[in-house]
Amino acid sequence: MPINHPNLHLTQLAGAIPAWSGKIKPDDLQPICRNVHDGGGRLVALWGSDDREQGNGYALHIALVNEAGLICLSVPLPAGQPAYPDISSIFPVANRMQRAAYDLLGIYAHEGRDHRKWLRHGAWHGGSFPLRKDFDPAPSRTDDADSYPFVQVEGQGVHEIAVGPVHAGTIEPGHFRFSVVGEKMLRLEERFGYTHKGIEKRFESMSLQQGEKLAGRVSGDSTVAYAWAYAMAAESIAAVTPPDRALWLRALFLERERIANHLGDLGYLGNDVALSFGFTQFWILKEQVLRNNGALFGHRYLMDSIIPGGVAADLAEPGKRTLFEECSLLEREVRVLRGIYEEHAGVQDRFIGAGRIEPRLAAQLGLCGLAGRASSQAWDTRVQFPCAPYDQLDVQMATYRNGDVAARVIVRFDELFESLRLQREILARLMPGGQLSLPLEKLPALGFGAGMVEGWRGEVLVAIHTDKDGNLARVHPHDPSWQNWPALEHAIMGNIVPDFPLINKSFNLSYSGQDL
Amino acid sequence: MYQLIKQIIKTGIKTDAAPLPDETLRVTAQRLHEEILHVFGSALNIRHVDAGSCNGCELEIHALSNAYYNIEGLGIKFVASPRHADMLLVTGPVSRHMVTALRRTFDATPEPRLVVAIGECACNGGIFCTNDGSPDGGGESYASCGRVANVIPVDVVVGGCPPTPTAILQGILTAVSAQK
Ligand code: SF4
Repeated sequence: MPINHPNLHLTQLAGAIPAWSGKIKPDDLQPICRNVHDGGGRLVALWGSDDREQGNGYALHIALVNEAGLICLSVPLPAGQPAYPDISSIFPVANRMQRAAYDLLGIYAHEGRDHRKWLRHGAWHGGSFPLRKDFDPAPSRTDDADSYPFVQVEGQGVHEIAVGPVHAGTIEPGHFRFSVVGEKMLRLEERFGYTHKGIEKRFESMSLQQGEKLAGRVSGDSTVAYAWAYAMAAESIAAVTPPDRALWLRALFLERERIANHLGDLGYLGNDVALSFGFTQFWILKEQVLRNNGALFGHRYLMDSIIPGGVAADLAEPGKRTLFEECSLLEREVRVLRGIYEEHAGVQDRFIGAGRIEPRLAAQLGLCGLAGRASSQAWDTRVQFPCAPYDQLDVQMATYRNGDVAARVIVRFDELFESLRLQREILARLMPGGQLSLPLEKLPALGFGAGMVEGWRGEVLVAIHTDKDGNLARVHPHDPSWQNWPALEHAIMGNIVPDFPLINKSFNLSYSGQDL
Repeated sequence: MYQLIKQIIKTGIKTDAAPLPDETLRVTAQRLHEEILHVFGSALNIRHVDAGSCNGCELEIHALSNAYYNIEGLGIKFVASPRHADMLLVTGPVSRHMVTALRRTFDATPEPRLVVAIGECACNGGIFCTNDGSPDGGGESYASCGRVANVIPVDVVVGGCPPTPTAILQGILTAVSAQK
């Protein structure tokens, strides 16, 4: 059993990764969380559901991970007073998730220390909750001017800089409130929710197949990771395993997504320290990857290439040759560019020491994904819980201790080379012929399944609950940015304002993925 | 330094030819006069506004700046403030939380200003909105106002999820070219 606790009875879920589910009472929530935390485990996601149609109240759901696998716990809550014990004192990252669960569903944490809204601005009334099944949008609508109590920093010479939601560059909207003295940043407070477009509610009116497309658009730069996690969750409920060829192709798509994003970020990181040469060079390489995607798979970012039960795009023999050539080109060019970055005194001067997160703080905050690995947090779903075909690929995890911008650059370079090696290996093992998908039209009734995939940014989780007719009753997509955004607030402390764009870029977190 | 210069020379020039304007993308009668276009000359400043997109459209807007599309080579520049902009490039279904910011950005952009809606979502709300069945969609939800035209006037729309960089460039060029 992944956790031992007298009141906990877990059932193993079918599917690609080791996962369990179980029901617990509110009183057992904190002890179990503490147990997992003390054993080195983390909180991955937290969401709620309205189960009143099944004759229950509401429920809180959490997904925890430890070295055994993924543990999904449900806590039934009474409809009259849907409250549960606060877990943000055990897992600080729960803070924003608990606030979001209140904004959307009206379930709340007892004794929670922070009761400010998170995803709700002024679009609907505080007392109405969009994810309740009886939510009526028309009367709930307001155009209230939005107010939000930022934490104030007092002291001589302290002033605030407010940035966003519309930023200076071509990036997603969000608000940053800096408290600075001179050039030095004392504190940053983030405020998000600007791109909240009701994704979770939207899932509930969709078929399994439409939901797949929506999952692929939760965060456009991670479309493969989301689409795979969604399909994995659905396949877990239906207890089906996609054909071999489909799984190999999914891994190929996922690594190509990682390659494209790492190339793009490495280019922008050069640009942010005034080496526009880096942007030009890396984006030439990225464009070549995207063009190959377009020519071979029909979409530059591989959207809609994964479907429940398999894949919708194939690779023929001539295409394989193109990709082998691409691998050689990228390996050659990236090696040269890495040398240039490493030997460029101006670049290294800006990278080293900027935006540091010490390993201990990273562990406390539950930092994950590539930023986590740059601060010694050795978690990579492909390594710890290798679903097929990663179980045959022996992925080498890239970790580094320093936790600064330089470390996040190094991890990107290392992962880029590893993904190219994986791509070669996948191409070599992808035998011609074989089915691309199994039919998976509809899910069984009252099922639950979860899928977790290591996207380029970190672990992407999708959880699906079905209703009594096997339709999507609740879908929760979880982005690793939930974990890593709060860490950015720590990373910038003591740095100077002009380094903020660089530090921010070195994390490159998603707004849409956490705003939902 | 030697390595860097060697790499630049080895890379050479990658830029593709720019696409021609496409009149079918135009949704309103041209609001600009020939002379103003002349004033814009071959320099155009663009302010991008993400009004709630999934970030997919942004990826393609970024790609416009790579050496293949080389948008700056055409005299088109992305600027940091709407006050410096001639054109707004708006992506996403407009989330209700972005309405004020979008309107303010629009108001801060000096006239004559052009608005180009980029991507399926900006054109009709896309996958995030339930469409009402009318031919041009534009659907809304509790969190989203649907297409950009529901919030600010739009001159040219570019569909696609996300539209390719070439399609975006074509949309931009259509907006600044005088109507035949
Ligand atoms: S059009 Fe497609 S890529 Fe663009 S914001 Fe909408 S879903 Fe994302």
